[in-house]
Amino acid sequence: MARTIFYTRFERFWHWTQSLLIILMLITGFEIHGTYQLLGFETAINIHTIAAWVLIGLWLLALFWHTTTGEWRQYVPADADSMLAMVRYYSVGIFFGAAHPFHRRRAEKHNPLQRMAYLMLTMIISPVIWLSGLLYLFYQKWSVIGLQGLPLELVALTHTLAAFAMLAFIVAHVYLALTTSERPFGHVRAMITGYDEE
Amino acid sequence: MSIAASVSLRIFVLITGMVVFGLCQAAVESGKGNSTADHTKFEELQQIFKTGPEVTQACLGCHTEASKQLHQTKHWKWRLKHPETGEILGKRDVINSFCGSIETNYARCTSCHIGYGWKDKSFDFTSEVNVDCLVCHDTTGTYKKFPTGAGHPPYKDKPFPPKSKKIWKAPDLTHVAQNVGKTSRATCGACHFYGGGGDGVKHGDLDSSMTNPSKVLDVHLGTDGLDFTCSTCHRTDGHDVAGSRYTTVAKDTHGIDVPGRDDKSRATCESCHGSRPHDAQVNDKNNDHTDKVACVTCHIPTYAKGGKPTKMWWDWSTAGRKTPDGKHIKTKDERGYVTYVTKKGSFEWGENLIPEYAWYSGNMRYTQLNEKIDPSSIVEINSFDGSYADPNARIWPFKVMRGRQAFDKGNNTLVMSHLFGKDDDAYWKSFDWNKAIKAAMLSRGAEYSGEFGFIETTYHWPLAHMVAPKEEALGCSDCHSREGRLQNLTGFYMPGRDVNIWVDLIGWLAVLGTLGGVSLHGLGRLLMSRNRRDGNG
Repeated sequence: MARTIFYTRFERFWHWTQSLLIILMLITGFEIHGTYQLLGFETAINIHTIAAWVLIGLWLLALFWHTTTGEWRQYVPADADSMLAMVRYYSVGIFFGAAHPFHRRRAEKHNPLQRMAYLMLTMIISPVIWLSGLLYLFYQKWSVIGLQGLPLELVALTHTLAAFAMLAFIVAHVYLALTTSERPFGHVRAMITGYDEE
Repeated sequence: MSIAASVSLRIFVLITGMVVFGLCQAAVESGKGNSTADHTKFEELQQIFKTGPEVTQACLGCHTEASKQLHQTKHWKWRLKHPETGEILGKRDVINSFCGSIETNYARCTSCHIGYGWKDKSFDFTSEVNVDCLVCHDTTGTYKKFPTGAGHPPYKDKPFPPKSKKIWKAPDLTHVAQNVGKTSRATCGACHFYGGGGDGVKHGDLDSSMTNPSKVLDVHLGTDGLDFTCSTCHRTDGHDVAGSRYTTVAKDTHGIDVPGRDDKSRATCESCHGSRPHDAQVNDKNNDHTDKVACVTCHIPTYAKGGKPTKMWWDWSTAGRKTPDGKHIKTKDERGYVTYVTKKGSFEWGENLIPEYAWYSGNMRYTQLNEKIDPSSIVEINSFDGSYADPNARIWPFKVMRGRQAFDKGNNTLVMSHLFGKDDDAYWKSFDWNKAIKAAMLSRGAEYSGEFGFIETTYHWPLAHMVAPKEEALGCSDCHSREGRLQNLTGFYMPGRDVNIWVDLIGWLAVLGTLGGVSLHGLGRLLMSRNRRDGNG
């Protein structure tokens, strides 16, 4: 096994900044939703709005990075058999100390289920959040783009549902990231230092 | 006291007297502002005036068109046809829940009319000398209409209430006439602060504390701030004053009025401040909200806050009670506010009140005398257009007056009643509702079945005064919270207030389900690996 750079400097910056922004937006978002009172409604709105714009900027950079480096291929779905093998591993094999059915390499650093999960996150949850969020933010301008008949409730509830999905994703992601590496916290270390063993 | 002390005391009194007199003179002088006319020098006013109309006659000698202008106004006619609804409104016609209607009660009610002598239906509305110039243009503070004088001031000192020791002084009409000037908070307030029969009774956002308010009480009128008069915003065009409860501009999309181009003479907040008056912040929601939220909704956080209470409940059905020996009853609460009088029934008062809120687009309607009401429900004295979907409507703050008043049980209509007078039909004489209603309805030419009852009513008063300094304006969470100020408004989704229980249920099930799932998964792995270790060991 060789220590290889798995996560480039930008990727790590992207991951941690994004996670910080998303956690911040979950905290403020659920306050805006009325779930609790923490920072005050207006402060929550302001932080949520600023974080949203920073995250949009970050996504633009990430989009550029993924297309220019070709790293987008990391998210192309694997074949059904290897995904099934992963499902079997997580639901049965992992309890009995079975060998991991997937061997990570620099060119293929996510296991088949991971690829699928990140693809869903990028292609479904995130776009729903930012589309509904931008609509929410520009509520006042809806008539300019002919959306004056759109009920705010629909947009707000879509945004809320997507936020719940994001929170559920984070719970599962944190669990797997913390507990499924061969060395203790190996995945976290890799995401901090960039290095992992191939 | 020694002679020396007595002399020095006299000198002291003389000097302080002169100083006080000088200050008063200065105050009167400043009341004249920078007018180019000094009315003390006018020959027409160098005479002894015996009556108000004589003064008006002199005024008209120079201000030839003044009365003709006033004849066109609501202040004079007490009647208007609503341009949108076609309803006939104004004090002459509407039924209210305070002191009743002016029908058969003229001489009492018209002490707040800008005319002289409207004591019955025969009043001549075309008379130019019957216009009262002084009640609005007095700067001396000595001119007061007599409460039962049909608009005249007292011409000799006399007591009010009758037979009491409170003397209502006859004004020196020559002095008043020579010191006329612009209207002031005091002149407008002489009527508008006392509507409904006493200080602060009616409006809630207008009472005598607004004569010389601090800027904390009213940021525009405050004498320690901008020191506006009423007419700074309620400007006049040919004596016609801008601003109306009957035809409120609930949403002024026109913005700042520019003289020469489109001066609509103010009376809306927007006509000075525009539609997006707030400094831009991270969020621009304050400015965004002006499409759906009236300025006053956030900027009048509380009303009746100048130390004067406003009447919130008036139950006429309890009127008429007397002591066993036939004396009138008067009770007061611990603050000294009257809670019962035989002539008027029971009251409740409020101070520092939080407004009630409603969608409002204008078009104030009043329940008409011939309009059927539902006696099983609370009757709306006035109602108005407005909803979330209505692009002309915004959320407005209201004082909602509640109470109980007489109605025609046979015809299911509201009634007018004859309260004031020396005749036996007057309620305040005989305390017989049936007679009082019959007399007023007959005079009005309206039907009365002969059977009366009492119904509960509500009366909405849009609030527009006692605008607080901006530091005291409402914040987001006053409304954007589960139990905020707007929790009763319907028809729209409001972040922070509204949730869809299904979305929240599904959402939390998904999150907690995931959390539970990974916990069980982890626990299972832990146990199994321990088993394996133990087994291997």
